[in-house]
Amino acid sequence: MKAHLTRRYKFSASHRLHSDAMSEAENAATYGKCNNPHGHGHNYALEVTVSGQVDENGMVCNLVDLDGFVEREILERFDLQNLNTLPEFAETVPTTENLSIAVYDILQRGFRLAHLERVRFEETLMNSFEYAGEENH
Amino acid sequence: MVYLTRKAEFAASHYYHNPALSAEENRRLFGKCNNPNGHGHNYTLEVTVKGAVDPRSGFVIDLKELKDTMNREVLDAMDHRFLNKEVPEFATRIPTTENLAIAIWQRLAPKLKQAQLHRVRVYETADLFVDFYGEA
Repeated sequence: MKAHLTRRYKFSASHRLHSDAMSEAENAATYGKCNNPHGHGHNYALEVTVSGQVDENGMVCNLVDLDGFVEREILERFDLQNLNTLPEFAETVPTTENLSIAVYDILQRGFRLAHLERVRFEETLMNSFEYAGEENH
Repeated sequence: MVYLTRKAEFAASHYYHNPALSAEENRRLFGKCNNPNGHGHNYTLEVTVKGAVDPRSGFVIDLKELKDTMNREVLDAMDHRFLNKEVPEFATRIPTTENLAIAIWQRLAPKLKQAQLHRVRVYETADLFVDFYGEA
């Protein structure tokens, strides 16, 4: 039978929301306090949902494998970093929308042991974002 | 169609062991969860039902019926129990969170009369949960 398994992770990072396609005034109007040139930080909560048939060991996938992949490919890359300095955000603004897409793409490309359903980010307790790939929209 | 979710908590112990595997394979696959003396969790269960709103009562389901069914079918059987030894489903299935969600679905689905079961979500910890939608 098919089940969905969700694992929640945490990391902290800083960012500045600023688009080179906009004037200074437009950036300030669009991003407000988030446009502060010195940046600011968040404690992000990341939920990764994978699905698949529950196997003879009672698992969609072994959590050790999912945790290891996320630790190696996502947390080590993003935790305690300034997102604006990372290659993933060389061309895009590190909003949590774009962070969701970047993390989804890393999982989609590299994690083969279960089907990726979606990623969900809480930037704060008030804001959350979900991305399930383009084919699901 | 309206969706209604009722939450409950229960505490239980379990361990993971596949009798088809050697002791060494079990330890490698399940790690600390293979300890035969078991360990425990505070589980949170969320049961979501769906249905049309009854025009007279304004309900999808009488919450008392849902709560009583959850208590009778799930909590009475699982709360403060050693899942491997005291819950019949886990005599032959490993009581992972995946299998727990499936077992709870199978207990509830035939008993709910007023609304259709949509989802069973089981949190093993705040950082791990499984959703089961009754899919084959």
